[in-house]
Amino acid sequence: MTLASTETAADVSTGFTKKQALYGVFGLAVLLVLAKLIGILPEFLNRIPEAYIPDYAATFDAGFNAWRDSITTVTRFFSERLEFHLKVTAHLLYGARVHFFNPIDWLTLMTVSSGAVLFLDNRKAALATMITIALSGIFFTFVVGVGGQFGGMSQHALMWVFLVTAAVLGGMMAWKDNTFSPLIVLGVVFVYALILNGYKLGPLPWTSIAATAAVIGYYLGGWRLGLLGGGTFVWTALIGQWKLAMETMSVLVVAAPAAFIIGILLGIAAWKFPKFDKVLRPILSILQTLPFFTYLLPAVIFFKVGPTAGAMATIVYAIPPMILMTTLGLKKVSPEIVEAGKMAGCSRWQMLSRVYLPAARTELLVGVNQVIMLCLAMVVLTAFIGMPGLGAKLLAMMNSFKLGRSFEIGVTIVLLAVMLDRLSKAWVVKQPEHFERGASLWKRHFYLFAAIIAFVGFLLISQVVEVADSIGRKQHFSKGKEIDGIIKGFLDIDIVQAVTGWIRWFLITQVLIPFRDAMLWVPTSAFILFVTSFSLWLGGRKPAVFAFIFFCFVASTGWWDRSVITLYTVISAVILALLIGLPIAIYAARSETWSKRILLFCDTAQTFPSFIYLLPAIMLFGINDVAVIFSILIFTLVPLVRYTVEGLRGVPPEMTEAADMAGASRRQKLLNVQLPLALPTMAVGFNQAIMFAFFMVIIAAFIGTQDLGQELQRTLAGTDLGKNFVLGMCVSLMALTFDLTILSWAEQRKKALGLSS
Amino acid sequence: MTPSDTSGGVFNKASTPMTNIKPVISCKNVWKLFGSSPEKYLAKLPNAHSYDDIRADGYIAGVKDVSVDVHKGEMLVIMGLSGSGKSTLLRCMSRLHDITGGVIEVDGQDIMALPEHELIDLRRNKMGMVFQSFGLLPHRTVLENVAFPLEMRGQGKHDRRERALEVVKLVGLEGREDYFPRELSGGQQQRVGIARSLAIEPDIWFLDEPFSALDPLIRREMQDEFLRLQDLLGKTIIFVTHDFDEALRLADRIAIMKDGAVEQCDTPDKIVLNPATEYVRKFTQEIDTARVVHARTLVKPMPPKAPTGKALRGSATIHELARTIVNDTRKQFPVEDDDGKLIGILDRQEALDILLGSE
Ligand SMILES: Nc1ncnc2c1ncn2[C@@H]1O[C@H](COP(=O)(O)OP(=O)(O)O)[C@@H](O)[C@H]1O
Ligand SMILES: [Mg+2]
Repeated sequence: MTLASTETAADVSTGFTKKQALYGVFGLAVLLVLAKLIGILPEFLNRIPEAYIPDYAATFDAGFNAWRDSITTVTRFFSERLEFHLKVTAHLLYGARVHFFNPIDWLTLMTVSSGAVLFLDNRKAALATMITIALSGIFFTFVVGVGGQFGGMSQHALMWVFLVTAAVLGGMMAWKDNTFSPLIVLGVVFVYALILNGYKLGPLPWTSIAATAAVIGYYLGGWRLGLLGGGTFVWTALIGQWKLAMETMSVLVVAAPAAFIIGILLGIAAWKFPKFDKVLRPILSILQTLPFFTYLLPAVIFFKVGPTAGAMATIVYAIPPMILMTTLGLKKVSPEIVEAGKMAGCSRWQMLSRVYLPAARTELLVGVNQVIMLCLAMVVLTAFIGMPGLGAKLLAMMNSFKLGRSFEIGVTIVLLAVMLDRLSKAWVVKQPEHFERGASLWKRHFYLFAAIIAFVGFLLISQVVEVADSIGRKQHFSKGKEIDGIIKGFLDIDIVQAVTGWIRWFLITQVLIPFRDAMLWVPTSAFILFVTSFSLWLGGRKPAVFAFIFFCFVASTGWWDRSVITLYTVISAVILALLIGLPIAIYAARSETWSKRILLFCDTAQTFPSFIYLLPAIMLFGINDVAVIFSILIFTLVPLVRYTVEGLRGVPPEMTEAADMAGASRRQKLLNVQLPLALPTMAVGFNQAIMFAFFMVIIAAFIGTQDLGQELQRTLAGTDLGKNFVLGMCVSLMALTFDLTILSWAEQRKKALGLSS
Repeated sequence: MTPSDTSGGVFNKASTPMTNIKPVISCKNVWKLFGSSPEKYLAKLPNAHSYDDIRADGYIAGVKDVSVDVHKGEMLVIMGLSGSGKSTLLRCMSRLHDITGGVIEVDGQDIMALPEHELIDLRRNKMGMVFQSFGLLPHRTVLENVAFPLEMRGQGKHDRRERALEVVKLVGLEGREDYFPRELSGGQQQRVGIARSLAIEPDIWFLDEPFSALDPLIRREMQDEFLRLQDLLGKTIIFVTHDFDEALRLADRIAIMKDGAVEQCDTPDKIVLNPATEYVRKFTQEIDTARVVHARTLVKPMPPKAPTGKALRGSATIHELARTIVNDTRKQFPVEDDDGKLIGILDRQEALDILLGSE
């Protein structure tokens, strides 16, 4: 095996074989444990004494405070730009008021708009768009002044001048050159101008939004997605959560495009400049494993409270996958397409905008899907820093144990998530189709017209029929109280109580507490060595070195016990998930139909914002350790089952047929052929499960745990940025240790099996 | 390895000597090495180093000391097994690759010395290229793909639409203008690729195994189509293929490559009659010589006592003349060119030898 030979070659050079190193490290760890058992272990090897623990948090805070003012000036600047757009979407979706004007916002609007036109059409159109917006901005500034308010006669007059100019210019370009983007972009800018001028455009009637969503759904994926698109909004309105949902959506519709634009720009930069890529990559992997609380506090400190901070945290959280998908897509563009572009005489900009980006369409759209889903998950979680919306309401309802209402909000969130996911995924796979020759404009843009008609139609209807505009307080169909009764009634049934009670008792007293105590008993030094030897055994030398460094850092922060409890929760939940998930997956993988069903289920469940998983856990077990473990368990079950099924189904049929011909029984075939071949893929799922678990365990802090998450949540109340950061790093580094180790193993294994592409 | 005939000479179809006209593309001692710092390596490279020696040093000689000229209106076919450096040589000529050593001149201009905007101009106005797996932009319709090079050089929407329609018609894809590449068969996609490369009316046309990805039947059809286009347009063509039959069918001259170097560069007739190396001979073994060699290749100067009677066409292959050669018992035949002018005599015995393969 080539793998083995290269390993030994590398090892020989340093004087140890991997085996010797492994025995050495592991043996040392065992010795340390034995030493503690017979009571001769020096205390500093058991736990690092308080006196020796460096105060990272204080150092961090001191460093930060020196820069604080300059940093916050910069970040506040950005958050004000963001706030402007948030106000506009808030106005459109739930009727908040916008009443300030800052020329800088107009400048950003101009840049983004003309950038979009340049990308979609050409330089001439972009220039015209830019000049129109710039001139209007100059006049607005001249009349209104910085930070001033609109409203006077002269402003109105100006605005209408702008409208006429924009309409004439956009119309001319559409008519003469067939370039439509200026018209659309200027239209959007005009909506901004209207809102700034105090015209009450929002809140948009729910029927308009639902109908438009239905048309978009139908366009992307037929009547099913049409139903899903329209149905989600109808449900939201009828159940009486329209305003909550729109509060959430108003942040989403700003955060997702912002994350998309920033992500794609950084992705292009990383692709163009390999050095930048090298610096960026480790930062991205840390960002992706940082617990979300670590995003939230800086957001609060740097970007004001409320929607702006929420949006900012959401954007930062959603950027990494967009960067990765962008570089991936650009790298994958077929060399022949690139050469065809060069031979067509493309300039650099043409190369990027006309060849690379369109050819990477699929990956970019997958990135869009991920951005949307991460944004939604994060927007819900920003409830913890006081962002109003569905998340905040859900948090409040769960806090007061109103299960019925929680359930309804949960359904809304899930519906939103599934809808956004399905629609954006349908967009990924949607391939362009040609029209018959001589098809009319109406036919070519049928769906565009249909959407406009649906939107405007219901807009008009809602002027007359009030329920079409908004559903009043007493008109909705919420059955919160009744559902509450049913759930609580169900939980009160003796058998249910007995079962959950027993599970609770058994898990807590027989499994979890002994396990936790054992982990806490192990000396720090031995613990680090055990983890290191695990990494060495599974992943090899490099992950082992990182594991050692990472865990040493965790030990040196002084949060050791809480870190161990975090780890214990993660491990026990993942092991339980394995015990439940593997049999299900193996069984399902036997048949085509069941595999499909399970995969569909997992796909859907994976789109749920993590917060949702707390709901059933709290319902069944109340607020305690078991609920925490249970919520992590169902959350991690999804990737475990999914990747196991995919791995088993992905085993090449030649192999299983060969086993059949050799007369293997079903069991033998599974154990000797299918599982070994599926293992690398399963490992990816296992890894994802652990990452999910680390994510969930922090959220579960809300239920009441004693781990890092609890401390993290506490920091949110104050301004303990240093502590927040150190705690976040502890979680991130522990997660990264597993990530590095398991993925390294899967990679080696794939190579050895000749499965890697 | 110096190619036996690099400066023009006799062509199959147009037999005018062109020695005094400047070549369109001229490669002199061109090197292309792949590796970490090829320039430095090439500077120190000993003369006797072979392909494998270079490889042992961690470099790959994509193109190894190649000198070829391509003349106006000529079709040069680069032939060789996969990995022999055909595509690399082609990409050096269009400067998709920067060469490591030597000089490539296009219309007398050293292309390595061109700044970026002039290179872009050169490609926008003079060069067209067709790729093995088509290299079409998946999100653009047939028409938009064909109009792509025109769009890149800033032509107006109406202009480019008109020109694109014209070329689409030329390659026989009328009625499919609004299709997307995914909706077309392989042969049709390659027609789009051909149309795109012709849209700007290039002087030089590069084709990198354009038909290799197609089924044999369609390949044959596309070759015929290609010959028709070439007759119509008369472009300077560099055509890459790994298929010797295809090369024989299409080429004015063939350059046979091995390990980055050109083994022999000559007309098909001469390659078949006089393979320069053992390697080339292996290719020609399976070939029916009579179907390749033309009567005019074998002509000897008129002797004082000229044979009389009906003359043979010089542009016909020996195979096509087989009936006459076998039945007519004259020792020597007069041979005439397409205009009916006598160009020499053909020895019957020699022709019979080729026909019967008893060499
Ligand atoms: N970009 C590249 N980097 C490194 N090696 C290359 C590159 N392109 C081609 N080669 C190598 O150069 C040699 C010639 O390749 P190529 O010209 O594509 O061959 P052909 O077209 O005749 O099949 C091959 O050995 C190939 O591996
Ligand atoms: Mg090739």
